[in-house]
Amino acid sequence: MNFATGFQRIRREKFAYYLIAPALLVMFCVVFYPFVYNILLSFSNMSMTHFRHWKLIGLRQYIKVFSEGIFYSVFFKTALWTVVNVFFHVVIGVSLALILNRPLAGRFIFRTLLILPWAVPQYITALTWRGMFHHEYGAINLFLAKFLHLPAVNWLSNPNTAFMACILTNVWLGFPFMMVIALGGLQSIPQELYEAAEVDGASPFQRLRRITLPMLKPVMIPAITLGVIWTFNNLNVVWLVSNGGEPSDKTHILVSYVYKAAFNLYRYGYAAALSMVIFFILLLFGINFIKRTKATEGIY
Amino acid sequence: MQKKQNPLKLGLIYLFLTIFTLATIYPILRVISISLRPGDRLLSTSLALIPPDWTLNSYRQLLFDSPFLRWLLNSSLIALVVTITGVALASTAGYSFSRFRFPGRSFWLGTVLTTQMFPATMLLLPLYVMLAKLRLINTYLGLIVAYSATALPFCIWQMKGYYDTIPPSLEEAARIDGCSRFRSFYRIVLPLASPALVITALFSFMSAWAEYMVAAQILQSPNLFTLPLGLKQFQSNMTTQWGLYAAGSVVVGIPIIILFLILSRWLISGLTLGGVKG
Repeated sequence: MNFATGFQRIRREKFAYYLIAPALLVMFCVVFYPFVYNILLSFSNMSMTHFRHWKLIGLRQYIKVFSEGIFYSVFFKTALWTVVNVFFHVVIGVSLALILNRPLAGRFIFRTLLILPWAVPQYITALTWRGMFHHEYGAINLFLAKFLHLPAVNWLSNPNTAFMACILTNVWLGFPFMMVIALGGLQSIPQELYEAAEVDGASPFQRLRRITLPMLKPVMIPAITLGVIWTFNNLNVVWLVSNGGEPSDKTHILVSYVYKAAFNLYRYGYAAALSMVIFFILLLFGINFIKRTKATEGIY
Repeated sequence: MQKKQNPLKLGLIYLFLTIFTLATIYPILRVISISLRPGDRLLSTSLALIPPDWTLNSYRQLLFDSPFLRWLLNSSLIALVVTITGVALASTAGYSFSRFRFPGRSFWLGTVLTTQMFPATMLLLPLYVMLAKLRLINTYLGLIVAYSATALPFCIWQMKGYYDTIPPSLEEAARIDGCSRFRSFYRIVLPLASPALVITALFSFMSAWAEYMVAAQILQSPNLFTLPLGLKQFQSNMTTQWGLYAAGSVVVGIPIIILFLILSRWLISGLTLGGVKG
């Protein structure tokens, strides 16, 4: 578009700008400007000692990020964390949705009770599960001892079991979202498909594989994309269940590791650089998501 | 799906559902149970859900001998301001994004979506440094700014998605009848969008009410603490005050859970319409 018509359009859409100006102004100050500032910080040596008198030092913080072994091990753990969590969220969520989609008496009650983990504020979930993993008085060990006669596990003082504890907590709070989305998707599948399949003699398993799952896909893919981003970025659960990465910073995922670098170790420049790296990892993944939403927007 | 149900299969389904549901709500029941325990039996190896000698002592102590009410007031104040800001800005900006094709629209819409991919520290760290330089650390204003930054993009996106489902012909009819642009937005579209407004309000409210990680950095004096900081304090490393923590969680959690269940239908349609389908 050339400049003159662009200017005309701006004048014609003046009302649009009045409506949007306050939000854009706020977004500019609290989202856009900090984002640019973060980029600047990632090229600087800002830290506790260089808070007022910091200077730009080029790519040194990025080099530090990629040359330290810890980045790769934490990244691996984050990938594991994301895959395991989202896998269980989807499998449990879709299975429950399939069961609850049948005409069962009382399914409304089950549905309501099964949504509860989503409704509890995350920090309360995390702190409560931390209590449940207490080695002496926590419910998990009491159950293990009473019903399975297993010895008490010192969940939170071993890196592997502490990480498992975080995963278990996050699986608990995450499956209801997938269940609800899948239930919505199931209800939009036309009944005629099943009737036709039954006439053709398809077994229940064939109907599940050939009708239900493919028809669920368009609903589940965006939900899973969103789920991956949320899980990858979930700071609350890891930080609060493991009490800031205990034992000895072995339970971190990338976001909790950056949080610690920034706010407990005051390595601002380093944390800003690592934030950028995480952002690009997610952006690469999320471009797919943006494209998808853009594509549907075109219809309107 | 099927007309006839095999009774054995039906029985197994109910058995599975019951066990799974019990396991799911157990942590919630456990917190309620701990909140009812008398003070000398907080650390107990009992798995009984209602302790035989149950008491409301923890609740009394929480309300009268701890700063709980102060935290409640702080959290309410902050959450209220964030909610008003979020609803006011998102309802207008979302409308603009939905109805007008102005230059810069797709850039800002893209920015709004991209923020969903920011790691938590991406905005928190620069905001923290900025707030420190403006001397806004340890103030409510600083915290409100940080919360608005995180909640606003999603709220705008949500509102835009909902406005997209309202046919523009309604406003066009109103404008032919002589309504101004603003009046047709204010009198016709906004009332129709009230479900989305409720969800946006709930979302902004929750992002302030149930947030720990940002508040932990910005608020330092205990008398400014919000509920999450306060409840976490009960669970400090040295001595965990389980009774107070459990009672506090119940008082904070139950109203939220009820609100969530009432609104869950709109929340879900909002998510599938606004967040996912676009």
